[in-house]
Amino acid sequence: MTDPIIKFDKVVKRFGDLTVLDELDFEVQKGEKVSIIGPSGSGKSTVLRILMTLEQIDGGIVAVGGEPLWHEPGPNGLQPASEAHLRKMRAQLGMVFQQFNLFPHMSVLRNITEAPVRVLGLSKVEARERGEELLELVGLADQADKYPHQLSGGQQQRVGIARALAMRPSILLFDEPTSALDPELVGEVLTVIGRLAEEHDLTMLLVTHEMRFAREISDRVCFFDKGQIREEGTPEALFTDPNEERTREFLKAVLD
Amino acid sequence: MLFGFEWDLSNPLAFAISILPILLIGMWVTIQATVVGFFVALVLGLIFAILKSAPSRFIAWPARLVTEFIRDTPLLVQLFFLYYVLPEYGIVLPAFMTGALALGLQYSAYTSEVYRAGIEAVGRDQHEAARALNLPSARTFTHIVVPQAIPRIVPAMGNYLVSIMKDVPVLSVVTVLEMLNVAKIIGDRTFNYLIPLSMVGGLYLIMTLVASAGVRLLDRYLPKQGLPLK
Amino acid sequence: MHWTEYLPSLMQGAWVTVQLTLYSTLLGAAAAFVFGIGKLSRNWALRGVSIAYIEVFRGTSLLVQLFWLYFALPLAGNAIGIDLRLPPVLAGVLALGLNIGAYGAEVVRGAIQAVHSDQHEAARALNFTERQTLFRITIPQAIPEMMPSFGNLAVQNLKDTALVSLISLGDLTFRAEQIRNFTQESTTIYTMLLFMYFGMALVVTAIMRLLERFAGRWRVAGS
Repeated sequence: MTDPIIKFDKVVKRFGDLTVLDELDFEVQKGEKVSIIGPSGSGKSTVLRILMTLEQIDGGIVAVGGEPLWHEPGPNGLQPASEAHLRKMRAQLGMVFQQFNLFPHMSVLRNITEAPVRVLGLSKVEARERGEELLELVGLADQADKYPHQLSGGQQQRVGIARALAMRPSILLFDEPTSALDPELVGEVLTVIGRLAEEHDLTMLLVTHEMRFAREISDRVCFFDKGQIREEGTPEALFTDPNEERTREFLKAVLD
Repeated sequence: MLFGFEWDLSNPLAFAISILPILLIGMWVTIQATVVGFFVALVLGLIFAILKSAPSRFIAWPARLVTEFIRDTPLLVQLFFLYYVLPEYGIVLPAFMTGALALGLQYSAYTSEVYRAGIEAVGRDQHEAARALNLPSARTFTHIVVPQAIPRIVPAMGNYLVSIMKDVPVLSVVTVLEMLNVAKIIGDRTFNYLIPLSMVGGLYLIMTLVASAGVRLLDRYLPKQGLPLK
Repeated sequence: MHWTEYLPSLMQGAWVTVQLTLYSTLLGAAAAFVFGIGKLSRNWALRGVSIAYIEVFRGTSLLVQLFWLYFALPLAGNAIGIDLRLPPVLAGVLALGLNIGAYGAEVVRGAIQAVHSDQHEAARALNFTERQTLFRITIPQAIPEMMPSFGNLAVQNLKDTALVSLISLGDLTFRAEQIRNFTQESTTIYTMLLFMYFGMALVVTAIMRLLERFAGRWRVAGS
């Protein structure tokens, strides 16, 4: 069995007095598509944010691609990671945000090409080609020169996906990608995510409330509750016949 | 010698200590000019605010033009204007009053905006609620709008108070013996500008810090929703 | 003398005023960015210097600063053996620029802090360095927020230039004073003076509005 591409080992995360992640153990294999569901405050988004280095951890080890993320090897064993180490690790990850977080002062194409040029060192021509390909992929080829505020929420989120993909991450994180969208715009985004899941080898972690979608595309579904994984399994197993009472309660409330 | 105090030129520290009382007398003039100027700005500003929101265009527009004009022209020039032109029309004021008047006039352009914004911030719904309850509009104004507007305008007015204080030295050109003028006189007579001017800078920093802290304190003690009325 | 005969001299003074305003506003803008960003720096030395600069130049009177630079600085220079006598022009531009820069620094700082943390998170996710994030993501979004306040500061700066007449610099106010001393026609002179400053202020305001529109053009693109 190969090393998991993501491994949480007794990870603790506190916000003030509140313990959001309580010695969490969590693994994801390379190429797996994992959906994370659960009530708000259960720590689902926190897991993603820790991976994307947006939040530090208070205990335990997070490993990405076999190497520790928030720690690095030092003279006396593991020590807190330097910015250089974080940047190296971060290159494997990409994130799609609930509020899209596009750069409002840049055109759609520029949003997608800016990081490849400035961070990866691509030439403007190469970045532009990559950007146009990705816009095709997400169905927005003709919007390249528009600005974010001129696009609908669904279109902005698709740009967000393209922007994350432009950095060629091996792991793509989706933090409630459709929760901020009007209902009729949700479909177009889910279609893109679905296609990505099908056609690419990417490891995908998806925090979502869209249960039907999670069921369709996931290899595994994890039900999070109070900072722990309450139950996990294949979509069929979890959705049709959950073992835990709490899982049953949640699914009943959400799917009604 | 100034104001009855001799200065001691033997060494820098002795010099500094000996001129401190003189500078403090100047500081007292500065404080007085600030307070009077602020008072004038509050009163004139209120008048302008009322004129600017008059229903008749023939009153509101000229008022707006005048305040814009005052706002966009230098205090120094306005001061010169009042100091040299008023006597030609028979109005002779002591220099201090002319100075305070100039300060008040310049800042009334700013305070009138603060009044207007403060009243507007209280919100139309308050007016509507009052009207629904059938309160007469004068009463609406004094008992509902004003108590809520006051906490909102205190921070901005407080900042203008501090700004006025920093503009007082301009009055030195019409011989008002505020702190900078005093320091300059000492410098002119002893050829040592460095110590008096540096001390004035330091004293100003202290005054600004105290005044700003005072404004913040006042702001903290005022209930945000409005002055309580029994 | 008819008032029109004062114009040539006054116009020369106005030209000096315009140049003073221009140079000191540029200096002020530079100082505003350096110290506004500096105040947000993680480097405690840079942060300390920025805070000190802002507090000193905002907490003391402009005229005091001007007089200090013109009268006191040379004496300090004497004490340490360097010639620090500043020509009135330099003292004027420095005092005005540093003064307005301190106010500008707070505007810059405020605008930068107002940029939503979501933007920083997105930049971080894309692996931009902190410096790249500051200059390519944060500052471009902060600039349109700064412009209205910068407009006010520019007009304030124009008004403040009148103070340099007190160190015998030949600006508009100085020229006016010269003429008044000679002719005693206070009402005419000062009225002209007020209107000339008002006119210049309107021009400055118009220019700043144009700059504001230019800086925020991405906000209204396509509409």
